[in-house]
Amino acid sequence: MGEIGYDVAHLLGTSILLVSFALLYQRRLTSLINAFAVQSVLLAAAAAWQGWIQASPHLYLTALIALVLKAVVIPVALHRIIARLGIHRTIERVLGVASTLALAVGLVALSLALVLPLAGEAAALTREDLALALSVVLLALLMMISRRNAIGQVVGFMSLENGLILAAIGVKGMPLVVEMSVAFAVMVAFIIFGVFFFQIRERFDSLDVQYLERFRGEGDR
Amino acid sequence: MGRGPVAALIYGGSGVAALLVTGVAFAFLIQGDSPWHLKIPIGPPGLGASLVLDGLSAVFLLAVGLAGATASVFGWGYGRDGAHKPGHHGPAPARVLPFFPLFLAGMVMVLLAGDAFGFLFGWEVMSVASWLLVLSTHDEPETPRAARLYLVMAAIGSLCLMVSFGLLAGPEAAFSFTAMREQGVGDGLTALAVVLAVLGAGSKAGLVPLHIWLPLAHPAAPSHVSALMSGVMTKVALYGLCRILFDLAGMPDWWWGALLAALGSLTAVAGVLYALLQDDIKRLLAYSTVENVGFICLSLGLALMFKADGKPVIAALAFSAALLHVLNHSLFKTLLFYGAGAVVAATGTRSLETLGGLIHRLPRTAPLLLIGSAAASALPPLNGFASEWLGFQAILNGPQLSLWGLKVGVMVVGVFAALAAALAAACFLRFFGIAFLGRPRSAEAVAAQEVTAPLQLAMVVPALLCVLVGILPGLVLRLLHDAAAIAVGTALPASGSLGWLWLAPVGQAGGLAGNSYSGFFVLLVAGGLALLVFRLIRRHAASGLRRADAWGCGYPPVGPVSQYSGASFAQPLRRVFASGVFQAREQVSMPEPGETGAASHLLRWRDPAWDFVARPVWATVDWLAGRLNHLQFLTIRRYLMLMFATLVTLLAIMAVLA
Repeated sequence: MGEIGYDVAHLLGTSILLVSFALLYQRRLTSLINAFAVQSVLLAAAAAWQGWIQASPHLYLTALIALVLKAVVIPVALHRIIARLGIHRTIERVLGVASTLALAVGLVALSLALVLPLAGEAAALTREDLALALSVVLLALLMMISRRNAIGQVVGFMSLENGLILAAIGVKGMPLVVEMSVAFAVMVAFIIFGVFFFQIRERFDSLDVQYLERFRGEGDR
Repeated sequence: MGRGPVAALIYGGSGVAALLVTGVAFAFLIQGDSPWHLKIPIGPPGLGASLVLDGLSAVFLLAVGLAGATASVFGWGYGRDGAHKPGHHGPAPARVLPFFPLFLAGMVMVLLAGDAFGFLFGWEVMSVASWLLVLSTHDEPETPRAARLYLVMAAIGSLCLMVSFGLLAGPEAAFSFTAMREQGVGDGLTALAVVLAVLGAGSKAGLVPLHIWLPLAHPAAPSHVSALMSGVMTKVALYGLCRILFDLAGMPDWWWGALLAALGSLTAVAGVLYALLQDDIKRLLAYSTVENVGFICLSLGLALMFKADGKPVIAALAFSAALLHVLNHSLFKTLLFYGAGAVVAATGTRSLETLGGLIHRLPRTAPLLLIGSAAASALPPLNGFASEWLGFQAILNGPQLSLWGLKVGVMVVGVFAALAAALAAACFLRFFGIAFLGRPRSAEAVAAQEVTAPLQLAMVVPALLCVLVGILPGLVLRLLHDAAAIAVGTALPASGSLGWLWLAPVGQAGGLAGNSYSGFFVLLVAGGLALLVFRLIRRHAASGLRRADAWGCGYPPVGPVSQYSGASFAQPLRRVFASGVFQAREQVSMPEPGETGAASHLLRWRDPAWDFVARPVWATVDWLAGRLNHLQFLTIRRYLMLMFATLVTLLAIMAVLA
């Protein structure tokens, strides 16, 4: 199993990272959500593959949760929100594509430099997975701070969670209950964000979070 | 009122516990055991905690236990009805009772801790409990400011100690003292840890220029708590200093000792000069504590220098002198603070200028305070003399150091120490003379009444011990053998052929030069001579007591204001020493001829530590806080960006280090 198992897992992990890059430069919200859905499908595939090579059936359940929840339910819901709010044509201002991508490459290099020597004794597979997962997490954070639109930030948050799951499935013996609770937490966060979108929209006629700044309870600054 | 039984229970319990602690420490020191270890299951996760009693902690434990026991007795008597003059009550007992045992427990915890966590936990309990005790008199006008300053300084000190322990623990996180002792963390880090330890423990102990909180906070507390804070809490801080510098940090460099000795001599002289200028008796005693802490630090510095120089026997002499002075100062300073408390209870005032003639009104307190004052002035045959004498023996061995700078430096330090000792005598002469002799300067002093029996008992015990330790210092010195062995690797050899009545660190194997002293024979000779003189005078002079009006140079008898006052007693010394450093200025305004107004004499002085240390630091903190204030009004994305940047920076550091 060794060689091919390692190669496929590596391929899937790298694809997830590649989609993270794609997420960074999407300008339209719809394509952003689609890219996120693709990432989630890849994550589900990676989890299923890990379940196969580690012979741990509970990872299939993880894959199923990722597929249903993050590849289907959340993207569809986000699409509907965008349609109801009438912002599906909105073009988001992103930091310059070139500079963002350059920064992202730097972050990937950093995580490789950090993880590869640290986990020297761990299995090669775990090591690569950890480096990829850390890169995904850092790119998702970068995305959260480079987006102004609340939906963009939520997608960034979800992508960050994808990175965490990727790290979790790479480690042998991660109990299912952890993944379940993470998935549940994401679900709850999504619901709260959904309610929040409509509330912001109702008050400010925009999802741009900078309108929120004026309404903090710290006096008239 | 319902407070009687509760107070009796709490003070009784604290007293018994403190006696128990004293007994355990004493038994341990007598036997000279190997350290007692006790693992306790509670503690930080994965580390646990341990209690260790060894020779060094036992010496300090002895001081804490003794002072705790007498303070419990004094506190119980102090809080009872009738101990105070009508109209002048101490703080409500509910503000003192809960925190008094906590304060004692915190100090014991610090001394018994076998790891950095236990030490810092006890340290914090001690600081916070004593802060609450200071606040118990919060309705007096000066207390809130003193308490606030104390809290700030305590926090800074704890921070320094925390970082110091963190540095010594090294990357292995060896927080138990045993592990910390065995590993070295490199010269640079150790040096930083040592400087931080001096700052942290020194601010608690009252080293100049970090002493600014001490003379405000110590007198503000009720007197038995003042006694504990001044007599014992500063010693617990010095224990931290000894533990880190002598035990945990490994072999010292010469500059550790030089730093400590320089700070110590500065502290000793500055402390006693401040004390000379005070009018408030409790503040005077607090400043005298600063002086004694200075002397102890000076001896510790000498011990470090000799240890670094490879002269362990002389180091043991200096270290034993320091520890002996720790015990002695805790005895006479608690006694003096109880005496001040008794004076406050009897008269309701702390101002020297309103006291006077108390020797007739407090006939039992007066001799006890006289013993305390004589001990604090380092007069033989009392205990203060024995330890200062030992300290000077160490100083006189200074030329045996190999570095030329240190040979000369130790002599300079010795000059400072001698000046401080002489000024201390003047200070306590002024304290006792103005308060107890002469004629009463106010109606309160006239109406003073002797304090109740428990208060007297609390004073008798330390007074007796002062005399006892003074007469037989050699026996007490034996208790310090283990501590010296832990700190400098060898104990001070027993007093050779002269026997246990003598302090004689002469001609030992370690190349000690010096002379010998016996408190017992000094007592015999001085007592015999005094008796002889007394007899002669009684035989040749008229017997019987005669009282007459004072000769007023022809004027009608003037009131007690014409007496020598505290300020006038201090004037010569103030003019010589304080007009430069403390910018002491006097202003006299005489009424014009024909005017009927009173003349006035205004005296002002300031503490340079405020101008050169405290204010710049506070201005910097204020400025930084003003800058950081902007961080409160960023956008959400900016906050996320800051967090992201922090994360990436930390990861980058990790990547580089790995």
